[in-house]
Amino acid sequence: MALAVALVVVIITLLSGYFFWAHTWWFPIDISKHGGAIDRQFTLTLIITGIIFVLAQLALAYAVWRYRDRGDGRKARYSHGNNKLEATWTIAATVLFIGLTLMGYHIWAGIHFVGAAPGAMRVEVWGQQFAWYFRYPGPDGQFGPVHIGDKYDPATGKYIDDNKVDDATGNYLGLDRDHDAASKDDIVTATLAVPVNQQVELILRSKDVTHSFFVRELRLKQDLVPGMEIPIHFTATKTGRFEIACAELCGLGHYKMRAFFEVMTEPDYQKWLQNMAAAQ
Amino acid sequence: MQRKIFLTLCCVAALVFVGCGQKETTAPEESATPAEQTAAPTPIDQSTVGSITGKVSFQGTKPKVARIMMDQDPVCVEKHGGQPVYAEDGELNSNGTLPNVFVYVKAGAEKYTFATPSTPVELDQDGCMYKPHVLGIMVGQTLSILTKDATTHNIHPMPKDNREWNMSQAPNAAPLDQKFSRPEIMIPVKCNQHPWMRAYIGVTKNPFFAVTGSDGTYTIEGLPPGDYTIEAWSAGFGSGEVRQELKVTVGAKESKTADFTFKGVSGSIRSARRGPEFAPALAVSRRERYLTWVKRDNSSLAAFCLLGETSNFSGLVRSQLI
Amino acid sequence: MAEMQAEIVHRHEAPKAFIWKYIFSLDHKVIGIQYYLLALFSVFVGLTLSILMRIHLVWPQASIPLLDKVSPLGAPGGVISPEYYLSLLTLHGTIMVFFVLTTAPQGGFGNYFLPLQIGAEDMAFPRLNMLSFWTTFAGLAVLMATFFIHDGPPIGGWTSYPPLSAVGGAAGPGMAVGETLWVVSIAIFCVASMLGAINFIATTLDLRARGLSLMKLPLTCWAWFLTAILGLLSFAVLLAAGVLLLLDRTGGTSFFIPGGLLVSDKPILHSGGSPLLWQHLFWFFGHPEVYIAILPGMGVTSHVLSTFARKPIFGYRAMVYAMSAIGVLGFCVWGHHMFVSGMSPYSAFAFSVLTMAIAIPSAIKTFNWIGTLLGAKIRFSTPMLFSIGFVSLFVTGGLSGIFLGQPPLDIYFHDTYFVLAHFHMIMGVASIFGIFTATYFWFPKMFGRMMNETLGKIHFWITFVGVYAIFMPMHYLGLEGNPRRYAEFIDNFLLPLMSVHRFISIAAFITGAAQLIFLFNLIWSLFKGKKATENPWEATTLEWTVPSPPPFDNFAGKHPVIYHGAYEFSVPGAEKDYIMQNSPEEVAADH
Repeated sequence: MALAVALVVVIITLLSGYFFWAHTWWFPIDISKHGGAIDRQFTLTLIITGIIFVLAQLALAYAVWRYRDRGDGRKARYSHGNNKLEATWTIAATVLFIGLTLMGYHIWAGIHFVGAAPGAMRVEVWGQQFAWYFRYPGPDGQFGPVHIGDKYDPATGKYIDDNKVDDATGNYLGLDRDHDAASKDDIVTATLAVPVNQQVELILRSKDVTHSFFVRELRLKQDLVPGMEIPIHFTATKTGRFEIACAELCGLGHYKMRAFFEVMTEPDYQKWLQNMAAAQ
Repeated sequence: MQRKIFLTLCCVAALVFVGCGQKETTAPEESATPAEQTAAPTPIDQSTVGSITGKVSFQGTKPKVARIMMDQDPVCVEKHGGQPVYAEDGELNSNGTLPNVFVYVKAGAEKYTFATPSTPVELDQDGCMYKPHVLGIMVGQTLSILTKDATTHNIHPMPKDNREWNMSQAPNAAPLDQKFSRPEIMIPVKCNQHPWMRAYIGVTKNPFFAVTGSDGTYTIEGLPPGDYTIEAWSAGFGSGEVRQELKVTVGAKESKTADFTFKGVSGSIRSARRGPEFAPALAVSRRERYLTWVKRDNSSLAAFCLLGETSNFSGLVRSQLI
Repeated sequence: MAEMQAEIVHRHEAPKAFIWKYIFSLDHKVIGIQYYLLALFSVFVGLTLSILMRIHLVWPQASIPLLDKVSPLGAPGGVISPEYYLSLLTLHGTIMVFFVLTTAPQGGFGNYFLPLQIGAEDMAFPRLNMLSFWTTFAGLAVLMATFFIHDGPPIGGWTSYPPLSAVGGAAGPGMAVGETLWVVSIAIFCVASMLGAINFIATTLDLRARGLSLMKLPLTCWAWFLTAILGLLSFAVLLAAGVLLLLDRTGGTSFFIPGGLLVSDKPILHSGGSPLLWQHLFWFFGHPEVYIAILPGMGVTSHVLSTFARKPIFGYRAMVYAMSAIGVLGFCVWGHHMFVSGMSPYSAFAFSVLTMAIAIPSAIKTFNWIGTLLGAKIRFSTPMLFSIGFVSLFVTGGLSGIFLGQPPLDIYFHDTYFVLAHFHMIMGVASIFGIFTATYFWFPKMFGRMMNETLGKIHFWITFVGVYAIFMPMHYLGLEGNPRRYAEFIDNFLLPLMSVHRFISIAAFITGAAQLIFLFNLIWSLFKGKKATENPWEATTLEWTVPSPPPFDNFAGKHPVIYHGAYEFSVPGAEKDYIMQNSPEEVAADH
């Protein structure tokens, strides 16, 4: 029995570890400027936890096998522990774990503590059950106001019908192009296209419930919270067509809430944008 | 003491069971047809019935029809061969008339009772569009929802007077059969998976309704002689639904004509009802917006404070108002 | 203390009538079994739901017999729809977390064995004890009712994030009446748990036998005691959150709903609320809840490892301090569930450091368990096998937390199958292994018969290998970025992963079926098992000094006196290789 337990633990450990080692299933390619650092931090963490994992499981297997009851009348060692050992592994664990997270500080800071550079391109990302829409500000660089749902008027305490959203006629964001000057040239699309090697700032907004913007290749995920405008920024370094998935449960069509994310060369992007502007 | 606890527990249990029981009873209520439906149909002398026929025209500048973006679901895009697809609301016929107008007898038929037709009304999903776009159905009649698409749809009618439901339909799935128990003009139907998909269902107590087609005409047949109010309903021209009423007297075996004309309105009807303009939340610099975000998210702070003090709470609520 | 015990003896006379003896019993042992049976029923419901989910994920068009009878709307023709998948997911999570992982280890075994292990005749407040069980029962009844309402169960997940959970039926099927019932059920459960927690705390502090200082307590009692404190503090917050959510849904308030929402073309007439506030309140409960589920498992694993290793637990004090540290830190790390939620990124980083800090006591416990085995003389009975399994799973599940606790890595892993793997390994399976350990270990005491060892070992082997086969591949799916809570996999990047999903599903079916062996063993042993002696495992704690099963008043009116710590095994010079806690025998090196 002892041998069986030990062997099974060893086999499970080695087999689990093997697939990490062999990269049988692995991250997709990284197309972002910040993604490399995330991947390196992952590898570092994997090495450290991998060593702990293998050592701890092997120690368990060894102890189980080595100290089985052999029926030889031997008594177990009478010991209540060892304070020096306790102190050693407490300090080792502290240094290792806290150190690891501090090493990741600059990655997180780079993504979240600084805003996008002043010249960055801005795109609004809108989530709704169960579709993504993207708004480009157009030549004026301004996003017009949106008219979604009813507005609360604090003065009267009443809700006023302000809704201009009509998905069936293509007004996904409730723009009033007749009255709002800034809305006139706004371009609303169902695909997110960005030029390569340019910093892009996304402003995440939701029409209804919480969604989450997730592009694997960008190493980017951020929730879209109703009532908040959450900015994130990235620079894509490779062209191609990728998928945007929703990563926060948003209702029955959660699994189908996806869109395509295209990184284009600058001329392609300009051509695409003009086509989209014409289709508005 | 024990007895008291026992009694309390019995009350709790009773409440739970009553609660469950209520839910059980609400379920069949939806499928049950109103009392008058069970009454025998009023006999109508078929030899005297007349009809109303007419045309729905449109006056004014041709509304701009929006292009639908199906990018998110390649199945839908492929079904249209990559060709652009346009919204059906606001579409005009080539002869200047309006398709997809629902015309029905709004008043005048109350004294009659009608049998519920046993044939189902079909609503098809093809190319990620509902076919037909506008349809009529009688109270208690079966609506049979079909799909021809290789993608999962969900059908979500959003009624005011009927029960709201929302069900998925996988490719090749059996038709979904549903009924509406109360009259309602109109029930918008949405597919949340493909938000552009829209159908309108008019649920009536009488069988006197029609939908205009590609020539803009309609015919309501089998009307017993009498005074009627008929209403034409259109999803509108990018500015919300519009309705018009006409009074028509139909004599025995008479065929009356009743034409409607909808006028295109410049600007939007809804803007007339618009409330006070709120400052656009985005008209701030990026840096400021960044700080606002960080500032606005004081919810973690609020949660910390919840244990000790709640003073931050009102601030939190205020800051979430945009 | 002696006075108090005397009083309890007078108060407790075994009731004769069936209803007072078995239904509305005040006896902690009967209530413990009631809790256990409730959890047993719940765990098989939860397991069935997960099997249905795994079927749907790999064969979305499969028609499951009888399912259309249960839910004609959610599963027309027996084919699970995406929304019904989410219903299954919501109820699987809710049932497992609340009605299994919270009730069985604490309400079940804690109730039964805390008084026995501390030498008390009963819990401090027997009526409160009965009330907390029946309140839990009411909570479960309300939750199960969602299966049978027209609209079906809610689809908001066990975390029930608003606005999805707050805006009513427009948000999706099951979000009208179903979601309201969910909130009510959870609120009732919170009340029950708080009632139970007060009782545990009072019992541990006030009813210990003479000589039983806190540092002589079995680690199981420490675990139950700390769990009770966690429960009291965290369920209070969830109760508050639940009431606020209920008010948002039915009372027109806007705690969690911001202004200007349009759900399925329906304007939502609320404004000023914060969806993030719910997440904070929920996870302020939700993270300690993880420890509520796992601490009793840690306690029983320590207890059983020491007993079957025939060796004192390695670093008893370190274990107590580590568990206490986990308890305290458990309240300071909830934000690590919210790194990508839109919470201030500065808070996120603070939470990250605190999260890493909680890994330290967890590591200490692991090392101590392995330390206990070094130099041991291990007896491989079924409870010991499950304890060893617990340690292995705890290591595996814990280490994936090191990835998720780092915000930059969590950006990628958040809400992917990596998270699923992590919390199922550590909170789900490890805790369940704790429950199995406790069941095999204490069954003889509870029912006076031994469980069948052969069946127990078969059960262990299939389950241990099975859970690794189910949850280890989920890490790989996480690496590929597979999002969780997807009813089907239609994205291009998910299609190549279907073979992994099929493997997981098949492993899940086998492992799920193996649980029937356990159920059979449980029922068979109840009637046909070998008669158990007073102390079949040669353990040291007080419950093994009384007959199996114990008499109604536990110690027959006697007051045990404690002389030793809980883990005096293989003491040099002692007659046997264990010394009972109440044995007056002198020990040379007693700590």
